[in-house]
Amino acid sequence: MVVKTATGAPAPLPAGAAAVPAKKGFRAWLNKRLPVDEFIDSQLIGYYAPKNFNIWYFFGSLAMVVLVLQLATGIFLTMFYKPGEATSFDSVEYIMREVDYGWLIRYLHSTGASAFFIVVYLHMFRALLYGSYKAPRELLWLFGMLVYLALMAEAFMGYVLPWGNMSFWGAQVIVNLFGTIPGIGPVLVEWIRGDYGIADATLSRFFALHVALLPLALLLLVLLHLVALRQTGSNNPDGIEIKDKLGADGKPLDGIPFHPYYTVKDFVGIGVFFVLFAIVVFFVPTLGGLFLESANFELANPMSTPEHIAPVWYFTPYYAILRAVPSQRMGALLMLLAVVSFLFLPWLDRSPVKSMRYRGWISRSALVSFAVSFVALGYLGLQPAEGLYVVLARIFAVIYFAFFWLMPFYTRIDPVKPVPERVVYHAH
Amino acid sequence: MAAALLSASTLTCLRMAAAEEPAGNGEPVAKVGADWQSWRANNDVADLPSAQRGARNFVSYCLGCHSLQYERWSRLGQDLAIPQRLLEQDLLPPGDKATQYILTSMPAADAATWFGKTPPDLSLMARARGRDYIYQFLKTFYVEPARQTGVNNLRLPTTAMPHVLSELEGLKRAVFREVASRGADGQITRSQVFDHFEQLAPGRLSAAQYDGFVRDTVNFLDYVSEPTQTARRALGVWVVLFLLVFTWLAWLVKREYWKDVH
Repeated sequence: MVVKTATGAPAPLPAGAAAVPAKKGFRAWLNKRLPVDEFIDSQLIGYYAPKNFNIWYFFGSLAMVVLVLQLATGIFLTMFYKPGEATSFDSVEYIMREVDYGWLIRYLHSTGASAFFIVVYLHMFRALLYGSYKAPRELLWLFGMLVYLALMAEAFMGYVLPWGNMSFWGAQVIVNLFGTIPGIGPVLVEWIRGDYGIADATLSRFFALHVALLPLALLLLVLLHLVALRQTGSNNPDGIEIKDKLGADGKPLDGIPFHPYYTVKDFVGIGVFFVLFAIVVFFVPTLGGLFLESANFELANPMSTPEHIAPVWYFTPYYAILRAVPSQRMGALLMLLAVVSFLFLPWLDRSPVKSMRYRGWISRSALVSFAVSFVALGYLGLQPAEGLYVVLARIFAVIYFAFFWLMPFYTRIDPVKPVPERVVYHAH
Repeated sequence: MAAALLSASTLTCLRMAAAEEPAGNGEPVAKVGADWQSWRANNDVADLPSAQRGARNFVSYCLGCHSLQYERWSRLGQDLAIPQRLLEQDLLPPGDKATQYILTSMPAADAATWFGKTPPDLSLMARARGRDYIYQFLKTFYVEPARQTGVNNLRLPTTAMPHVLSELEGLKRAVFREVASRGADGQITRSQVFDHFEQLAPGRLSAAQYDGFVRDTVNFLDYVSEPTQTARRALGVWVVLFLLVFTWLAWLVKREYWKDVH
């Protein structure tokens, strides 16, 4: 095996070392035709990651694991699920009751959807915490945000498929938001639904998008996200570019090969994640109505509105913003702005340092207020839109937007600390 | 009709079984039912005898109008450990096969004419509305002569369902008190608020026995709403244990590898 450096050039052999014997047998045959070893050498062993990753750095690989879990369980569900007004609800119950371990596959998939958002939100918060979106990682951030947008579409359409009453009314509310677009709104809504109401045609097309188009889009975007990551290299809790300090061998002094160091470390994270995940799947699969809402155990009924229409928890921060505004059109616009604000972060942030470790109190308070308001909005989105709840939603919505759109100002006057030359790492 | 299946012998069993049930919660002597909103079903799906009694209650009193369209008789027998012979003899409606789904023999169209709406399927009721909801519903029927069925309900006001369990529970009257409240505009509005129940006529069961009867029925519906739930929890213990061992081993491997990193 030829040892290669981060730049891809063969490393000079140490004096006295024997040349690595050439591969033989099937492996040689395979590598002559497919660059398997070359790929592993250059992408996993030859990829140097900063050695000071902390707990926040588990969530990227966990998101990949959950994606694979969703694809695998989704394929099995597709074998028994039958899209259609008359068949969807029954086929889901058939899976839950009569398909061997169907209940397990379904709970893995429904819990996986929520778990996906949990790890993605933590992954995104990590980027905010350590300035991972800042130059040179703007595209990496943008691809990540596109993954997030595709994930939202995927989750929304997946939620409609069981055709419970909350599926129906959730779809009704969300699809009608497009109707607030001036001029083309009503026509657009009809085009999306394929009918005058949320109906069989809507369900079938959401199924097609959920199982074919969006998973493909997700995979492509994740690939681009990873390619961009490979190009710039990972950021780290200190926000220092490890490529700036290379050793005599041309490798980053503060870097370690991704494989085996981070592959073995990620397995620990995956283990802890699955312990928590399994506790939900096997003991509290509905999580008190947060992961599976009780209204969705009733068949979709256009004549009966659930007491409170609320989307699943991962959309509720935006839902709270939507309802905080009296005008539906303004609400929808602000909701859209709340999502796309993330896209502008690399250019809104004018701080000379990346990591919160070396930023001043202004940036730190801004991030804490943002995180608090995001969680608070998430809670408020689950409550009825009345009285104090609306007032609070308005206050937190203002803080939410202030975090993004005042960023060019407060990051410039923020008293930053000097950034060290090398990453901070204490061997255990 | 399924209701006819309630033979004298079943009722005797019922009395014996119900006598062992703990007294119903939240029933002070003075104001019966004042705290009905905090009543909890507190049932246990793993309690097989209770679920079996609930199945018997369902067949005797509910199946006349309500179906369990996602549950097969054979599955019920298997999960609740009811022998095939007993299942066919005591539970299955005449003519139905064990492989069939549990369906009422009442035609849906007729039911809609008779009751104003078709009685809902109960397969998922315990998940959709909750166990406590059913428990409170079955325990808060009261006499209201003005209504077509002669009764009303606190949990589901103006329910179309008659009090089919009245022969067991007896009949009770709801006592309301008038509450005056001052609105934001300074106007005083008076409203009737439920205060407590008064027993009008006794049923065949004591209050404690009826509570046990309702709890068993709720327990059965809880089982039907997710027949795999006991298997799910049982498997979960092993999966979590395996994952804990896996995580521990992964951590040992990680620690070994990371000894090189300084």
